[in-house]
Amino acid sequence: MQIFILKNKKTITLISGILIAIAFISKWTVGNMDIFTWALVIASILGAAPIAIQAYQSLRVKVVSIDVLVTIAVLGAFVIQNYEESAIVTFLFLFGAYLEQRTLNQTRSAIKELVEMAPESALKLMENGEFEEVDIDDVDVGDILLVKTGAKVPVDGTVLSGEGYINEASITGESVPVEKKEGSKVYAGTILDNGTIRIVADRVGEDTTFGKIIELVEEAQDSKSEAERFIDRFAKYYTPAVLVIGLVVWLITRDMELAITILVLGCPGALVIGVPVSNVAGIGNGARHGVLLKGSEVINAFSKLDTMVFDKTGTLTMGKPSVAEKKYYGDNIEEALSYLASVERESDHPLAKAVLEYIGETEYYPVENTEVVKGGGIVATVNGHRIAVGNVLLMEREKVKLSDKAKADIEDFEKNGNSLVLTAVDGQLKILMGVRDQIRPGVKEDLEKLRKLGVKNLIMLSGDNQGTVDLVSRQLGLTEAYGNMLPEDKSEYIKKLKEKGQIVAFVGDGVNDSPSLALADIGIAMGSGTDVAIETSDVVLMNSDFSRLPHALGLVKATARNMKQNIFIAVGVVIILLASVLFSDWMNMSIGMLVHEGSILAVILNGMRLLRYKLR
Amino acid sequence: MKAATIQLEDLACPSCMQKIEGALKNLDGVDKDTVKVSFNSSKVKLNFDEEKLSIEQIEDAIKKIGYDVVKSKVK
Repeated sequence: MQIFILKNKKTITLISGILIAIAFISKWTVGNMDIFTWALVIASILGAAPIAIQAYQSLRVKVVSIDVLVTIAVLGAFVIQNYEESAIVTFLFLFGAYLEQRTLNQTRSAIKELVEMAPESALKLMENGEFEEVDIDDVDVGDILLVKTGAKVPVDGTVLSGEGYINEASITGESVPVEKKEGSKVYAGTILDNGTIRIVADRVGEDTTFGKIIELVEEAQDSKSEAERFIDRFAKYYTPAVLVIGLVVWLITRDMELAITILVLGCPGALVIGVPVSNVAGIGNGARHGVLLKGSEVINAFSKLDTMVFDKTGTLTMGKPSVAEKKYYGDNIEEALSYLASVERESDHPLAKAVLEYIGETEYYPVENTEVVKGGGIVATVNGHRIAVGNVLLMEREKVKLSDKAKADIEDFEKNGNSLVLTAVDGQLKILMGVRDQIRPGVKEDLEKLRKLGVKNLIMLSGDNQGTVDLVSRQLGLTEAYGNMLPEDKSEYIKKLKEKGQIVAFVGDGVNDSPSLALADIGIAMGSGTDVAIETSDVVLMNSDFSRLPHALGLVKATARNMKQNIFIAVGVVIILLASVLFSDWMNMSIGMLVHEGSILAVILNGMRLLRYKLR
Repeated sequence: MKAATIQLEDLACPSCMQKIEGALKNLDGVDKDTVKVSFNSSKVKLNFDEEKLSIEQIEDAIKKIGYDVVKSKVK
């Protein structure tokens, strides 16, 4: 019976609303007071039933919930035979709860979408050699699984056979499909765009990267800040206190009407729900945009930050050398590039890799008489030509004449912080390449956005020499930049900043910088999704995407603001209600309930705005 | 001891959490310190002694105070 009533709350709300309407229509049109009274009595009893059941259940576990306050108020209204009030209050309370549920689901939708992307089943190789569809919980490490076109990869695993393109947007935020073949790693929750692959499960369920992300986000949305814990404790004593006050008022004034009005006004709705709603919407927005925020405490600290410290390599720069500038001299460049590639293909020097990557597909020739010149480069015979690949010293040794233009280019390239790769064919300089660890595209603009959002100090720390560091710092317009720093120097430096009273965020790749990540007020990890960084930092930028940083900062600022607005609305409403019950005579139970439910909807709708937040 | 994760219907009011928490802590065999009800994800996590109590009994206790259990997982 209880469960039946609770299950049909919606229907009850509807019927009680119709009865109230009938009551007032009959009063105003035909003036029939019998119908009026009876309709309201039935509406009250119907509406009060589910509330009373909930109240009874909460009392049984020693909790004085809002339901208890409302039930007593409605009983009180019955005693003084004010059926109008009792009917309207119960209806508003039920209807308000229904709207709350609807809107709350909206604020949670972003995170729900994420959770629903989790794989639910898998095609598992059974003992009889056939693939059968099984529940995801029945997949263990080491199982062999089949993934078909359009299906979700069910686990973190390694491709055994087959090939295909996988959309890894759920893990990395990057929607360009990635090619997978034998030996490639695949991740749970990603989608096979085309092809068919067989994989072996390396990690399953909550241990997969996707599982960890979900768990992190789910925990984050329910994590509580100090302020929220205070509100919770407050609410625990608040409702019983309201009950006592109502009782005392009744005993002193013998005014039942006033006493039950106080009970309804005292409901703490918006206060308890306001902050969690902002929190869940803010974190949900982040999750949609590749920013994982670990809870409301993080949001608070992050929104106040004034100093951002960056690791250089891999954070502001790409983290590996690549060809940044090039000059060609004379003709037959195509051929020279092929010779260069042929020679570099046999070298394992880091610069050689960068050069090969830059040249891409080309024709390769057999390389003979290879001679490695220490501190210079390589000399070899290719296709009958003498090819020299190396630095300026090697060119001098090979008696390659450098034109004035080439000399000027070399000087330019060096000034920009490049390592040089020169290529000469038969004693003629053909190609000059400048290789360096380049700044990530768009970083400069992103830093400017951060500054506009109120970050005062942008500081770079690096293990590189001061010269390179200064160069990058000038290009990016940083406040300060320090080179020659070991990981422990970096964390020492952050400690000093904190002692000066600054609120510091450290942005790093999370592997060698973990002490700094942990020490900073906010540790921001550039995670490519698979890193331990997910666990050790406060904020994770998915897919190592630096451009998410301004969005993250803007979002936490908006979220922190939103929480304050909600607290303001909630407290403001309570003050206004109390003032009006004391100093005016228009306040009654129904209006009190209307304002109460209205304020709850106001804070939820305000929180929902965060879902659409975008950095302008 | 076993760890259970129970997915509930969507919770709407923060006082529901107190109710559910209260109901579960009253069960014999539930490790009281591990009971955690999350409001936004509408999940309950707890450790319990499988010799004193079954997951069905825990689910029933939640259903009895008016909340539907969608799915539960025991490890």
